Amino acid sequence: MTSTTARAHLIENVSLYGDTTADLVLAGGVIASLSAADAPAGAVRIDGSGLVALPGLVDLHTHLREPGREDAETIATGSRSAANGGFVAVHAMANTTPTADTAGVVEQVWSRGREVGLVDVFPVGAVTVGLAGTQLSEMAAMANSRAQVRVFSDDGKCVHDPLLMRRALEYVKTFGGVVAQHAQDPRLTEGAQMNEGLVSAELGLAGWPSVAEESIIARDVLLAGHVGSRVHICHLSTAGSVEIIRWAKARGIDVTAEVMPHHLLLTDESARGYDPRFKVNPPLRTQADVDALRAGLADGTIDIVATDHAPHPDEDKDCEWGAAAMGMIGLETALGIVQKAMVDTGALTWRDVARVLSETPARIGRDAGHGRPLAAGEPANVTLVDPAAAWTVDPAGTASRSNNSPFGGITLPGRAVATFLRGTPTHLDARLTETSTEGAPA
Amino acid sequence: MRHLLDTDTLTRDEAIRILDASAQMAATQEREMRKLPTLRGKTVVNLFFEDSTRTRISFEAAAKRLSADVINFSAKGSSLSKGESLKDTALTLQAMGADAVVIRHWASGAASRLAGSGWMHGHVINAGDGTHQHPTQALLDAFTMRRHLVDDSAGKALDGVTVAIVGDILHSRVAGSNIPLLRTLGAKVVVVAPPTLLPYGMTDRDDLDVHYTLDDAIEAHDIDAVMMLRVQRERMTGGGSGFFPSPEEYTRLFGLDGDRLRRMPDHAIVLHPGPMNRGLEISAEAADSPRSVIVEQVSNGVAVRMAALYLLLAGEEAPQ
Repeated sequence: MTSTTARAHLIENVSLYGDTTADLVLAGGVIASLSAADAPAGAVRIDGSGLVALPGLVDLHTHLREPGREDAETIATGSRSAANGGFVAVHAMANTTPTADTAGVVEQVWSRGREVGLVDVFPVGAVTVGLAGTQLSEMAAMANSRAQVRVFSDDGKCVHDPLLMRRALEYVKTFGGVVAQHAQDPRLTEGAQMNEGLVSAELGLAGWPSVAEESIIARDVLLAGHVGSRVHICHLSTAGSVEIIRWAKARGIDVTAEVMPHHLLLTDESARGYDPRFKVNPPLRTQADVDALRAGLADGTIDIVATDHAPHPDEDKDCEWGAAAMGMIGLETALGIVQKAMVDTGALTWRDVARVLSETPARIGRDAGHGRPLAAGEPANVTLVDPAAAWTVDPAGTASRSNNSPFGGITLPGRAVATFLRGTPTHLDARLTETSTEGAPA
Repeated sequence: MRHLLDTDTLTRDEAIRILDASAQMAATQEREMRKLPTLRGKTVVNLFFEDSTRTRISFEAAAKRLSADVINFSAKGSSLSKGESLKDTALTLQAMGADAVVIRHWASGAASRLAGSGWMHGHVINAGDGTHQHPTQALLDAFTMRRHLVDDSAGKALDGVTVAIVGDILHSRVAGSNIPLLRTLGAKVVVVAPPTLLPYGMTDRDDLDVHYTLDDAIEAHDIDAVMMLRVQRERMTGGGSGFFPSPEEYTRLFGLDGDRLRRMPDHAIVLHPGPMNRGLEISAEAADSPRSVIVEQVSNGVAVRMAALYLLLAGEEAPQ
């Protein structure tokens, strides 16, 4: 917002992408230089030693709940949570009340995001009116609005009608948009409560079979190939889905796919005990699925990690499993989980993390100014990670208005300690604030 | 034992102890004065989120014959109209000083949630949770089978007994509790169902046998007890999602009639948790045959529930 008037920052001796050590001079909203010698007088100095600098993180899949469910989250609280988690931009899903299916609603979300100013809020437009799956929404109006919508999704619901999906895939070519599909065959998942498997059989909970996801993905990659459109698949959760995406990419189909942190770490065993904090859609799967998702993310079959941050108020989780809402918050834990599941296991480098949590989501979302290189002249959207700042997740400590995290009590190896949006610190860990000093280096 | 939530977590010794206590309770019910003073001053709440007159009055009779005070709390609701939340109901019961709560609920896991949530401190007995479990039904079935099929049954399990469970295994909390309990007690379990009504992975289990028709099961095993499950009407149709094509076809493949009963060993007994669909899963001839123990299951149900209440509520003061 006010990037040009933000104070300059000098981050000294920081590891860019975990590779090379440099200084980052953030001034005038851009990365002014990679040399401390160029820092302007009066710059706030931050000791970056031991920290990893990444291009600011971008979440392609967030639920901010406003308008309509401000008891669960608002654009302000969600933006704060995102900034704390290292994000500089989030895509806000369309399943609000009213639905984000008109230019008016997406402009409202967009402008509220600008007012808050902590992250860039990119509204996702609904593919169909009211997410009802029967009539295309006025996607061009949303694309041409001030919100410049490029990602369209009925997330929460699947665009199930194959003809409607075909039309949507074709139509978004008009403005370079992408349809992000929530792949869930509604008939195969009627009343579904958790992954269909041995655990659901034992717990007596209605199953959500993997084939309900995989059959829609198979159909949609074929459709995208047929009409020459790009398609994005939300929240991959099964080993079979990874195989289908791999096959589609080998055929040259323009498909991208995302995985959620919780699907990289948790399995359906978590449902034992019937604690609804582990109830999510798509559901937590088996260890074999977790392993396949990690492998798919490591080899590039899965393009990005997104959070599916889904806040719910206490009363929608402090109840019977069958009565509980699906979803879990995740903006503040995403980076730590990716480090735990992928970096510390050797499956990804920090440079890969920059790709899956910033560069590629920004490219899929067509987010100008995001996911750019850490280089002089680029926008000063930067996340500083402390990979050695182990912390224990306390859901009550989140900036989100809701605390429905499944990760309470889990220790994560690292976290974002600073987030800069066009040079302005939107999140600065207390430790960095205390040790930062003013003035040019000696 | 603090709660009775499922049969998976019951040890063999615990299960036998409940069956033995049930036998003692059953003996007291032969007397002229059937009421025992054991639970005087204790309050048992029957918390029913689903209609089930039979189960409720069975628990009510059990608690009253132990001299407990009984409160019936019908909090009928469904997944569509939630009504008062389970949490608020539990807080209310806690405030009223319920010593034990017998809960029937449409949601799988509701009893477990009630016991583990910290919302209340009383003992919890699961009287049926969704499509998960109904442990006292399985215990009364085991008690009935032990009486008929095991000599000098006190202290004994069901080792060597072959039990066929026939019908909607997928949605049946009766099957859900019976299968683990029967395995714990050493019985051989034979499951008979159309593939559409089997839980995921059941055909891969090596600790039970699965058959797709009742005739196959009768042919393959010397069945000592056959347990017919009730067919829920809503499973038959539903816009292409019926689990089987028609009631007639179900009866042809899975119904127990006199002919099939005669092809089982002479000592084989017939169980049904009730209420029966006569002419669908069981013929009148089979239901009313001398080998049917269906009415006896009902009276045994009271004894088993007395035992469960006794072991939970009296056990806390005089641990054994």
